[in-house]
Amino acid sequence: MMSDAIVIPKKVWQRRDRKTQFAVWLAWLFGTAVFVYCFQLISERTIWAFVLDAPAQAVDLGSRMVPPAWGYIHYLWRPIWDTLNIATLGTIISIVIAVPIAYCAARNTTPSVAFVRPVALFIIVASRSINSLIWALMLVTIVGPGVFAGIIAIGLRSIGFVAKLLYEAIEEIDESQVEAVRATGASPAQTTVYGIVPQVMPAFAGITVFRWDINIRESTVLGLVGAGGIGLELNAAITQLYWTQVSLMLLVIIATVILSEWVSAKVRHAII
Amino acid sequence: MSLALPAAPRRWKKPPAIKRAWLRWTLIVGAAVYLSLALGTTHVNWARVWEGLPRGIQFITAFLPPDFTSRWTEIVEGIAETLWMTVAATVVGIVLSVPVGIGAARNIAPLPVYYFCRSVLAVSRSFQEIILAIFFVKLFGFGPFAGFVTLSFATIGFYGKLLAEDIEDMDASQAEAVRATGAGWLQWLNYGVQPQVMPRMIGLGLYRLDINFRESAVVGIVGGGGIGATLNTSFDRYEFDSAAAIILIIIAIVMAVEYSSGYLRRWVQ
Repeated sequence: MMSDAIVIPKKVWQRRDRKTQFAVWLAWLFGTAVFVYCFQLISERTIWAFVLDAPAQAVDLGSRMVPPAWGYIHYLWRPIWDTLNIATLGTIISIVIAVPIAYCAARNTTPSVAFVRPVALFIIVASRSINSLIWALMLVTIVGPGVFAGIIAIGLRSIGFVAKLLYEAIEEIDESQVEAVRATGASPAQTTVYGIVPQVMPAFAGITVFRWDINIRESTVLGLVGAGGIGLELNAAITQLYWTQVSLMLLVIIATVILSEWVSAKVRHAII
Repeated sequence: MSLALPAAPRRWKKPPAIKRAWLRWTLIVGAAVYLSLALGTTHVNWARVWEGLPRGIQFITAFLPPDFTSRWTEIVEGIAETLWMTVAATVVGIVLSVPVGIGAARNIAPLPVYYFCRSVLAVSRSFQEIILAIFFVKLFGFGPFAGFVTLSFATIGFYGKLLAEDIEDMDASQAEAVRATGAGWLQWLNYGVQPQVMPRMIGLGLYRLDINFRESAVVGIVGGGGIGATLNTSFDRYEFDSAAAIILIIIAIVMAVEYSSGYLRRWVQ
Protein backbone atom coordinates (compact mmCIF):
# COMPACT_ATOMS: atom_id res chain seq x y z
CA MET A 1 0.00 0.00 0.00
CA MET A 2 1.28 3.36 -0.97
CA SER A 3 1.32 6.06 1.61
CA ASP A 4 -0.32 9.23 0.40
CA ALA A 5 1.11 11.46 3.06
CA ILE A 6 2.61 14.56 1.61
CA VAL A 7 6.12 15.06 2.77
CA ILE A 8 6.38 18.58 4.07
CA PRO A 9 9.94 19.79 4.11
CA LYS A 10 10.69 20.95 7.61
CA LYS A 11 11.19 24.64 7.18
CA VAL A 12 12.34 26.68 10.09
CA TRP A 13 11.46 30.35 10.14
CA GLN A 14 14.45 32.54 9.63
CA ARG A 15 14.74 36.24 10.09
CA ARG A 16 16.56 36.97 6.86
CA ASP A 17 17.01 35.22 3.54
CA ARG A 18 20.36 33.70 2.75
CA LYS A 19 21.73 36.63 0.78
CA THR A 20 20.90 39.26 3.39
CA GLN A 21 22.18 36.98 6.13
CA PHE A 22 25.46 36.67 4.27
CA ALA A 23 25.74 40.45 3.79
CA VAL A 24 25.05 41.06 7.47
CA TRP A 25 27.63 38.47 8.41
CA LEU A 26 30.20 40.04 6.10
CA ALA A 27 29.54 43.48 7.57
CA TRP A 28 30.10 42.10 11.07
CA LEU A 29 33.30 40.39 9.96
CA PHE A 30 34.60 43.59 8.39
CA GLY A 31 33.67 45.68 11.42
CA THR A 32 35.30 43.27 13.83
CA ALA A 33 38.45 43.15 11.71
CA VAL A 34 38.71 46.95 11.67
CA PHE A 35 38.17 47.11 15.41
CA VAL A 36 40.73 44.42 16.19
CA TYR A 37 43.24 46.11 13.91
CA CYS A 38 42.73 49.48 15.60
CA PHE A 39 42.89 48.03 19.06
CA GLN A 40 46.04 46.13 18.27
CA LEU A 41 47.73 49.31 17.06
CA ILE A 42 46.76 51.05 20.30
CA SER A 43 47.93 48.14 22.38
CA GLU A 44 51.35 48.25 20.69
CA ARG A 45 51.84 51.75 22.10
CA THR A 46 50.63 50.90 25.56
CA ILE A 47 52.75 49.90 28.48
CA TRP A 48 50.48 47.17 29.80
CA ALA A 49 52.20 47.01 33.16
CA PHE A 50 50.84 50.48 33.88
CA VAL A 51 47.37 49.52 32.76
CA LEU A 52 47.28 46.44 34.98
CA ASP A 53 48.48 48.59 37.83
CA ALA A 54 45.65 51.08 37.30
CA PRO A 55 43.09 49.79 39.84
CA ALA A 56 45.64 50.08 42.64
CA GLN A 57 46.52 53.56 41.39
CA ALA A 58 42.88 54.53 41.28
CA VAL A 59 42.35 53.44 44.89
CA ASP A 60 45.45 55.34 45.94
CA LEU A 61 44.35 58.49 44.11
CA GLY A 62 40.86 58.19 45.51
CA SER A 63 42.17 57.94 49.05
CA ARG A 64 44.21 61.11 48.52
CA MET A 65 41.15 63.00 47.31
CA VAL A 66 38.96 62.58 50.39
CA PRO A 67 37.96 64.61 52.23
CA PRO A 68 37.70 67.58 49.86
CA ALA A 69 39.45 70.69 51.17
CA TRP A 70 36.25 72.59 51.94
CA GLY A 71 38.11 75.60 53.32
CA TYR A 72 39.61 76.29 49.92
CA ILE A 73 36.21 77.27 48.55
CA HIS A 74 36.88 80.91 49.52
CA TYR A 75 39.61 81.09 46.91
CA LEU A 76 37.28 79.72 44.24
CA TRP A 77 34.53 82.36 44.10
CA ARG A 78 36.59 84.58 41.85
CA PRO A 79 37.45 81.79 39.34
CA ILE A 80 33.80 80.70 39.31
CA TRP A 81 32.74 84.27 38.52
CA ASP A 82 35.35 84.37 35.75
CA THR A 83 34.05 81.10 34.35
CA LEU A 84 30.49 82.44 34.24
CA ASN A 85 31.73 85.59 32.52
CA ILE A 86 33.69 83.64 29.94
CA ALA A 87 30.60 81.62 29.04
CA THR A 88 28.17 84.55 29.02
CA LEU A 89 30.31 87.16 27.27
CA GLY A 90 31.50 84.50 24.80
CA THR A 91 27.90 83.61 24.01
CA ILE A 92 27.04 87.29 23.46
CA ILE A 93 29.98 87.75 21.08
CA SER A 94 29.04 84.62 19.17
CA ILE A 95 25.44 85.79 18.76
CA VAL A 96 26.52 89.16 17.39
CA ILE A 97 28.65 87.43 14.76
CA ALA A 98 26.43 84.41 14.13
CA VAL A 99 23.21 86.27 13.27
CA PRO A 100 24.48 87.91 10.05
CA ILE A 101 26.25 84.68 9.09
CA ALA A 102 23.04 82.70 9.56
CA TYR A 103 21.20 85.31 7.47
CA CYS A 104 23.75 84.86 4.70
CA ALA A 105 23.68 81.05 4.96
CA ALA A 106 19.93 80.52 4.83
CA ARG A 107 18.85 79.69 1.30
CA ASN A 108 15.83 81.99 1.39
CA THR A 109 17.53 85.12 2.76
CA THR A 110 21.09 84.93 1.44
CA PRO A 111 22.15 87.80 -0.84
CA SER A 112 23.75 85.34 -3.27
CA VAL A 113 23.46 81.57 -3.37
CA ALA A 114 26.49 81.16 -5.59
CA PHE A 115 28.99 83.26 -3.69
CA VAL A 116 27.98 84.41 -0.19
CA ARG A 117 26.29 81.21 0.94
CA PRO A 118 29.32 78.86 0.50
CA VAL A 119 31.52 81.34 2.38
CA ALA A 120 29.03 81.49 5.27
CA LEU A 121 28.73 77.70 5.30
CA PHE A 122 32.51 77.32 5.38
CA ILE A 123 32.76 79.68 8.35
CA ILE A 124 30.12 77.61 10.14
CA VAL A 125 31.89 74.31 9.47
CA ALA A 126 35.32 75.65 10.40
CA SER A 127 34.05 77.07 13.67
CA ARG A 128 32.19 73.88 14.54
CA SER A 129 34.89 71.38 13.76
CA ILE A 130 37.50 72.93 16.01
CA ASN A 131 36.99 72.26 19.68
CA SER A 132 36.92 75.27 22.01
CA LEU A 133 40.05 73.98 23.74
CA ILE A 134 41.94 74.13 20.48
CA TRP A 135 40.62 77.63 19.84
CA ALA A 136 41.78 78.53 23.35
CA LEU A 137 45.18 76.97 22.72
CA MET A 138 45.60 79.19 19.65
CA LEU A 139 44.32 82.33 21.34
CA VAL A 140 46.49 81.89 24.41
CA THR A 141 49.57 82.00 22.21
CA ILE A 142 48.20 85.01 20.35
CA VAL A 143 46.56 87.28 22.95
CA GLY A 144 48.23 85.88 26.03
CA PRO A 145 46.83 83.73 28.85
CA GLY A 146 43.77 84.94 30.72
CA VAL A 147 40.04 85.42 30.63
CA PHE A 148 40.11 87.37 27.37
CA ALA A 149 41.47 84.38 25.41
CA GLY A 150 38.74 82.23 26.93
CA ILE A 151 35.96 84.64 25.97
CA ILE A 152 37.16 84.84 22.37
CA ALA A 153 37.63 81.06 22.19
CA ILE A 154 34.09 80.39 23.42
CA GLY A 155 32.78 83.05 21.06
CA LEU A 156 34.54 81.61 18.01
CA ARG A 157 33.51 78.07 18.82
CA SER A 158 29.86 79.00 19.33
CA ILE A 159 29.46 80.92 16.06
CA GLY A 160 29.14 77.72 14.06
CA PHE A 161 26.66 76.13 16.43
CA VAL A 162 24.37 79.15 16.75
CA ALA A 163 24.57 80.06 13.07
CA LYS A 164 23.86 76.49 11.92
CA LEU A 165 20.76 76.04 14.05
CA LEU A 166 19.58 79.58 13.29
CA TYR A 167 19.91 79.27 9.53
CA GLU A 168 18.02 75.99 9.63
CA ALA A 169 15.27 77.78 11.56
CA ILE A 170 15.23 80.60 8.99
CA GLU A 171 14.94 78.10 6.15
CA GLU A 172 11.90 76.54 7.79
CA ILE A 173 9.86 79.73 8.15
CA ASP A 174 6.43 80.19 6.63
CA GLU A 175 7.04 82.13 3.40
CA SER A 176 3.43 83.26 3.09
CA GLN A 177 3.79 85.47 6.17
CA VAL A 178 6.84 87.12 4.65
CA GLU A 179 4.95 87.64 1.42
CA ALA A 180 2.03 89.19 3.30
CA VAL A 181 4.36 91.71 4.92
CA ARG A 182 5.99 92.43 1.56
CA ALA A 183 2.56 92.96 -0.01
CA THR A 184 1.89 95.87 2.35
CA GLY A 185 4.74 97.69 0.63
CA ALA A 186 7.42 97.03 3.21
CA SER A 187 11.04 97.60 2.30
CA PRO A 188 13.41 94.59 2.41
CA ALA A 189 14.66 95.64 5.87
CA GLN A 190 11.10 95.98 7.14
CA THR A 191 10.23 92.61 5.63
CA THR A 192 13.05 91.04 7.59
CA VAL A 193 12.10 92.74 10.85
CA TYR A 194 8.35 92.10 10.66
CA GLY A 195 8.18 88.97 8.49
CA ILE A 196 11.16 86.83 9.44
CA VAL A 197 12.38 87.90 12.89
CA PRO A 198 9.13 87.17 14.78
CA GLN A 199 9.03 83.70 13.26
CA VAL A 200 12.56 82.68 14.28
CA MET A 201 12.62 84.51 17.62
CA PRO A 202 11.54 81.56 19.82
CA ALA A 203 14.02 79.23 18.09
CA PHE A 204 16.73 81.85 18.44
CA ALA A 205 16.13 82.32 22.17
CA GLY A 206 16.12 78.57 22.69
CA ILE A 207 19.37 78.12 20.75
CA THR A 208 21.05 80.91 22.71
CA VAL A 209 20.18 79.50 26.10
CA PHE A 210 21.12 76.00 25.01
CA ARG A 211 24.50 77.19 23.79
CA TRP A 212 25.06 79.20 26.97
CA ASP A 213 24.56 76.01 28.95
CA ILE A 214 27.11 74.15 26.80
CA ASN A 215 29.49 77.10 27.12
CA ILE A 216 29.37 76.99 30.92
CA ARG A 217 30.37 73.35 30.66
CA GLU A 218 33.21 74.10 28.26
CA SER A 219 34.50 77.19 30.05
CA THR A 220 35.15 75.15 33.19
CA VAL A 221 37.99 73.38 31.39
CA LEU A 222 39.43 76.17 29.24
CA GLY A 223 41.81 77.07 32.05
CA LEU A 224 43.68 73.81 31.45
CA VAL A 225 45.37 75.50 28.50
CA GLY A 226 45.66 78.86 30.28
CA ALA A 227 42.47 80.61 29.24
CA GLY A 228 41.20 81.63 32.69
CA GLY A 229 38.37 80.45 34.90
CA ILE A 230 38.22 77.57 37.33
CA GLY A 231 40.16 75.28 35.00
CA LEU A 232 43.26 77.35 35.72
CA GLU A 233 42.96 76.57 39.45
CA LEU A 234 42.25 72.94 38.66
CA ASN A 235 45.35 72.67 36.54
CA ALA A 236 47.46 74.33 39.24
CA ALA A 237 46.10 72.00 41.91
CA ILE A 238 46.73 68.92 39.76
CA THR A 239 50.30 69.87 38.91
CA GLN A 240 51.02 70.60 42.58
CA LEU A 241 49.32 67.33 43.60
CA TYR A 242 46.86 69.00 45.99
CA TRP A 243 44.33 66.23 45.47
CA THR A 244 41.92 67.37 48.17
CA GLN A 245 41.61 70.73 46.39
CA VAL A 246 41.15 68.90 43.10
CA SER A 247 38.19 66.95 44.46
CA LEU A 248 36.62 70.15 45.79
CA MET A 249 36.96 71.78 42.39
CA LEU A 250 35.46 68.79 40.64
CA LEU A 251 32.46 69.03 42.97
CA VAL A 252 32.19 72.76 42.25
CA ILE A 253 32.35 72.11 38.51
CA ILE A 254 29.62 69.49 38.71
CA ALA A 255 27.45 71.82 40.79
CA THR A 256 27.93 74.66 38.28
CA VAL A 257 27.12 72.41 35.35
CA ILE A 258 23.98 71.00 36.99
CA LEU A 259 22.83 74.48 37.98
CA SER A 260 23.31 75.89 34.49
CA GLU A 261 21.54 72.88 32.98
CA TRP A 262 18.62 73.49 35.34
CA VAL A 263 18.48 77.21 34.53
CA SER A 264 18.60 76.59 30.79
CA ALA A 265 15.91 73.90 30.99
CA LYS A 266 13.66 76.30 32.96
CA VAL A 267 14.22 79.19 30.56
CA ARG A 268 13.69 77.05 27.48
CA HIS A 269 10.54 75.66 29.02
CA ALA A 270 9.29 79.22 29.65
CA ILE A 271 10.04 80.31 26.08
CA ILE A 272 8.64 77.36 24.17
CA MET B 1 -22.31 120.12 12.85
CA SER B 2 -19.34 118.04 11.94
CA LEU B 3 -18.51 114.71 13.37
CA ALA B 4 -15.56 114.91 15.74
CA LEU B 5 -12.66 113.05 14.30
CA PRO B 6 -10.55 111.01 16.69
CA ALA B 7 -7.77 113.31 17.82
CA ALA B 8 -4.60 111.77 16.46
CA PRO B 9 -4.57 108.42 14.66
CA ARG B 10 -3.00 105.94 17.02
CA ARG B 11 0.17 104.51 15.56
CA TRP B 12 0.53 100.77 15.63
CA LYS B 13 3.34 99.63 17.82
CA LYS B 14 5.05 96.27 17.85
CA PRO B 15 3.91 94.37 20.93
CA PRO B 16 6.82 93.88 23.33
CA ALA B 17 8.40 90.42 23.45
CA ILE B 18 7.69 90.08 27.18
CA LYS B 19 4.21 91.22 28.07
CA ARG B 20 4.55 91.77 31.81
CA ALA B 21 6.17 95.17 32.17
CA TRP B 22 7.82 94.57 35.55
CA LEU B 23 9.43 91.33 34.32
CA ARG B 24 10.66 93.05 31.18
CA TRP B 25 12.25 95.91 33.11
CA THR B 26 13.75 93.60 35.74
CA LEU B 27 15.35 91.55 32.99
CA ILE B 28 16.69 94.61 31.17
CA VAL B 29 18.08 96.24 34.33
CA GLY B 30 19.45 92.92 35.56
CA ALA B 31 21.21 92.30 32.26
CA ALA B 32 22.69 95.82 32.31
CA VAL B 33 23.93 95.44 35.90
CA TYR B 34 25.40 92.03 35.16
CA LEU B 35 27.13 93.23 32.00
CA SER B 36 28.70 96.23 33.70
CA LEU B 37 29.86 94.05 36.60
CA ALA B 38 31.21 91.36 34.28
CA LEU B 39 33.02 93.80 32.02
CA GLY B 40 34.28 95.76 35.03
CA THR B 41 35.82 92.72 36.73
CA THR B 42 37.27 91.07 33.65
CA HIS B 43 40.93 91.90 33.63
CA VAL B 44 42.26 92.19 30.15
CA ASN B 45 45.90 92.96 29.66
CA TRP B 46 45.44 95.14 26.60
CA ALA B 47 49.16 95.73 26.25
CA ARG B 48 49.68 91.98 25.94
CA VAL B 49 46.80 91.67 23.48
CA TRP B 50 48.28 94.49 21.41
CA GLU B 51 51.66 92.81 21.50
CA GLY B 52 50.10 89.55 20.32
CA LEU B 53 48.36 91.04 17.31
CA PRO B 54 51.35 90.70 14.94
CA ARG B 55 51.56 87.08 16.05
CA GLY B 56 47.87 86.68 15.25
CA ILE B 57 48.42 88.08 11.80
CA GLN B 58 51.40 85.78 11.42
CA PHE B 59 49.14 82.89 12.37
CA ILE B 60 46.49 83.85 9.84
CA THR B 61 49.06 84.28 7.07
CA ALA B 62 50.43 80.84 7.99
CA PHE B 63 47.26 79.43 6.43
CA LEU B 64 48.40 80.66 3.03
CA PRO B 65 50.00 78.34 2.36
CA PRO B 66 50.06 75.94 5.33
CA ASP B 67 53.16 73.84 5.73
CA PHE B 68 52.24 70.20 5.25
CA THR B 69 55.72 68.93 4.45
CA SER B 70 58.18 69.67 7.24
CA ARG B 71 56.25 67.84 9.98
CA TRP B 72 54.49 65.41 7.67
CA THR B 73 55.53 62.15 9.38
CA GLU B 74 54.46 63.44 12.81
CA ILE B 75 51.15 64.67 11.44
CA VAL B 76 50.38 61.38 9.72
CA GLU B 77 51.25 59.45 12.86
CA GLY B 78 49.07 61.71 15.01
CA ILE B 79 46.09 61.50 12.67
CA ALA B 80 46.40 57.71 12.42
CA GLU B 81 46.52 57.38 16.20
CA THR B 82 43.47 59.62 16.52
CA LEU B 83 41.55 57.51 14.02
CA TRP B 84 42.36 54.22 15.80
CA MET B 85 41.32 55.73 19.09
CA THR B 86 38.08 57.00 17.62
CA VAL B 87 37.07 53.70 16.04
CA ALA B 88 38.09 51.49 18.95
CA ALA B 89 36.51 53.78 21.56
CA THR B 90 33.24 54.09 19.66
CA VAL B 91 32.93 50.31 19.32
CA VAL B 92 33.82 49.53 22.93
CA GLY B 93 31.74 52.41 24.25
CA ILE B 94 28.65 51.30 22.36
CA VAL B 95 29.09 47.65 23.34
CA LEU B 96 29.38 48.62 27.01
CA SER B 97 26.54 51.11 26.85
CA VAL B 98 24.01 48.57 25.58
CA PRO B 99 23.61 46.73 28.92
CA VAL B 100 23.74 50.03 30.82
CA GLY B 101 21.15 51.57 28.51
CA ILE B 102 18.84 48.55 28.84
CA GLY B 103 19.25 48.70 32.61
CA ALA B 104 18.42 52.40 32.62
CA ALA B 105 15.11 51.99 30.78
CA ARG B 106 12.37 52.25 33.38
CA ASN B 107 9.90 50.06 31.49
CA ILE B 108 12.06 46.94 31.32
CA ALA B 109 14.49 47.15 34.25
CA PRO B 110 13.73 46.52 37.93
CA LEU B 111 14.07 49.57 40.16
CA PRO B 112 17.48 48.87 41.83
CA VAL B 113 19.08 48.12 38.46
CA TYR B 114 17.46 51.23 37.07
CA TYR B 115 18.93 53.48 39.77
CA PHE B 116 22.37 51.92 39.45
CA CYS B 117 22.51 52.30 35.67
CA ARG B 118 21.12 55.84 35.78
CA SER B 119 23.84 56.88 38.23
CA VAL B 120 26.53 55.38 35.97
CA LEU B 121 25.13 57.45 33.11
CA ALA B 122 24.96 60.60 35.26
CA VAL B 123 28.60 60.29 36.36
CA SER B 124 29.79 59.68 32.82
CA ARG B 125 27.84 62.62 31.44
CA SER B 126 28.69 65.22 34.05
CA PHE B 127 32.45 65.28 33.47
CA GLN B 128 34.06 66.79 30.42
CA GLU B 129 36.12 64.45 28.27
CA ILE B 130 39.21 66.49 29.03
CA ILE B 131 38.87 66.13 32.81
CA LEU B 132 38.32 62.40 32.43
CA ALA B 133 41.38 62.30 30.19
CA ILE B 134 43.58 63.93 32.85
CA PHE B 135 42.66 61.21 35.32
CA PHE B 136 42.92 58.35 32.87
CA VAL B 137 46.35 59.58 31.79
CA LYS B 138 47.36 59.52 35.44
CA LEU B 139 46.06 55.97 35.79
CA PHE B 140 47.11 54.38 32.51
CA GLY B 141 50.14 56.44 31.54
CA PHE B 142 50.63 58.62 28.49
CA GLY B 143 49.52 57.40 25.10
CA PRO B 144 46.48 56.42 23.08
CA PHE B 145 45.19 53.89 25.61
CA ALA B 146 44.22 56.66 28.04
CA GLY B 147 42.46 58.52 25.25
CA PHE B 148 40.70 55.33 24.21
CA VAL B 149 39.40 54.72 27.74
CA THR B 150 38.29 58.36 28.05
CA LEU B 151 36.31 58.31 24.85
CA SER B 152 34.78 54.90 25.61
CA PHE B 153 33.63 56.13 29.00
CA ALA B 154 32.18 59.33 27.56
CA THR B 155 30.41 57.28 24.86
CA ILE B 156 28.68 55.16 27.52
CA GLY B 157 27.04 58.24 29.02
CA PHE B 158 25.88 59.62 25.70
CA TYR B 159 24.78 56.43 24.00
CA GLY B 160 23.38 54.71 27.08
CA LYS B 161 21.14 57.64 27.91
CA LEU B 162 19.74 57.93 24.40
CA LEU B 163 19.26 54.16 24.17
CA ALA B 164 17.40 54.13 27.48
CA GLU B 165 15.13 56.95 26.35
CA ASP B 166 14.49 55.22 23.06
CA ILE B 167 13.54 51.98 24.81
CA GLU B 168 11.22 53.90 27.13
CA ASP B 169 9.49 55.38 24.09
CA MET B 170 9.01 52.07 22.31
CA ASP B 171 5.67 50.54 21.42
CA ALA B 172 4.85 48.17 24.29
CA SER B 173 2.27 46.18 22.34
CA GLN B 174 4.84 44.89 19.85
CA ALA B 175 7.08 43.72 22.66
CA GLU B 176 4.09 42.10 24.37
CA ALA B 177 3.16 40.26 21.17
CA VAL B 178 6.61 38.70 21.05
CA ARG B 179 6.36 37.77 24.71
CA ALA B 180 2.97 36.15 24.08
CA THR B 181 4.59 33.68 21.68
CA GLY B 182 6.47 32.28 24.67
CA ALA B 183 9.80 33.92 23.98
CA GLY B 184 12.47 33.91 26.65
CA TRP B 185 13.86 37.17 28.01
CA LEU B 186 16.78 37.32 25.59
CA GLN B 187 14.59 36.36 22.65
CA TRP B 188 12.11 38.99 23.73
CA LEU B 189 14.88 41.59 23.81
CA ASN B 190 16.21 40.47 20.45
CA TYR B 191 12.91 40.28 18.56
CA GLY B 192 10.59 42.56 20.49
CA VAL B 193 12.74 45.48 21.59
CA GLN B 194 15.80 45.60 19.37
CA PRO B 195 14.09 46.01 15.98
CA GLN B 196 12.19 49.00 17.33
CA VAL B 197 15.25 50.94 18.48
CA MET B 198 17.78 49.73 15.91
CA PRO B 199 17.45 52.28 13.08
CA ARG B 200 17.80 55.26 15.36
CA MET B 201 20.61 53.70 17.34
CA ILE B 202 22.67 53.03 14.20
CA GLY B 203 22.30 56.70 13.31
CA LEU B 204 23.32 57.77 16.78
CA GLY B 205 26.32 55.44 16.70
CA LEU B 206 27.57 57.15 13.56
CA TYR B 207 26.93 60.53 15.15
CA ARG B 208 28.93 59.48 18.20
CA LEU B 209 31.79 58.39 15.92
CA ASP B 210 31.80 61.92 14.60
CA ILE B 211 31.83 63.43 18.12
CA ASN B 212 34.55 61.04 19.25
CA PHE B 213 36.78 62.14 16.41
CA ARG B 214 36.40 65.78 17.39
CA GLU B 215 37.01 65.02 21.05
CA SER B 216 39.98 62.77 20.36
CA ALA B 217 41.68 65.78 18.80
CA VAL B 218 41.73 67.41 22.24
CA VAL B 219 42.50 64.55 24.63
CA GLY B 220 46.00 64.69 23.16
CA ILE B 221 46.51 68.09 24.80
CA VAL B 222 46.65 66.45 28.23
CA GLY B 223 48.66 63.43 27.07
CA GLY B 224 45.98 61.12 25.75
CA GLY B 225 47.70 60.50 22.43
CA GLY B 226 46.67 61.46 18.94
CA ILE B 227 46.81 64.60 16.84
CA GLY B 228 46.13 66.89 19.84
CA ALA B 229 49.63 66.27 21.15
CA THR B 230 51.15 67.17 17.80
CA LEU B 231 49.03 70.30 17.58
CA ASN B 232 49.89 71.38 21.11
CA THR B 233 53.60 70.94 20.48
CA SER B 234 53.49 72.92 17.25
CA PHE B 235 51.72 75.78 19.04
CA ASP B 236 54.22 75.74 21.89
CA ARG B 237 57.04 76.03 19.38
CA TYR B 238 55.27 78.78 17.42
CA GLU B 239 55.35 76.64 14.29
CA PHE B 240 52.15 78.23 13.07
CA ASP B 241 52.36 76.92 9.52
CA SER B 242 52.44 73.30 10.72
CA ALA B 243 49.63 74.06 13.17
CA ALA B 244 47.59 75.54 10.32
CA ALA B 245 48.14 72.38 8.31
CA ILE B 246 46.96 70.22 11.21
CA ILE B 247 43.87 72.36 11.74
CA LEU B 248 42.98 72.17 8.06
CA ILE B 249 43.37 68.38 8.13
CA ILE B 250 41.11 68.18 11.21
CA ILE B 251 38.46 70.32 9.50
CA ALA B 252 38.67 68.19 6.35
CA ILE B 253 38.31 64.92 8.27
CA VAL B 254 35.45 66.25 10.41
CA MET B 255 33.65 67.36 7.26
CA ALA B 256 34.27 64.00 5.59
CA VAL B 257 33.04 62.07 8.63
CA GLU B 258 30.02 64.33 9.00
CA TYR B 259 28.96 64.00 5.39
CA SER B 260 29.55 60.26 5.19
CA SER B 261 27.78 59.62 8.47
CA GLY B 262 24.87 61.76 7.34
CA TYR B 263 24.74 59.82 4.09
CA LEU B 264 24.94 56.46 5.88
CA ARG B 265 22.20 57.50 8.30
CA ARG B 266 19.88 58.36 5.45
CA TRP B 267 20.73 55.03 3.81
CA VAL B 268 19.99 53.08 7.00
CA GLN B 269 16.67 54.72 7.76
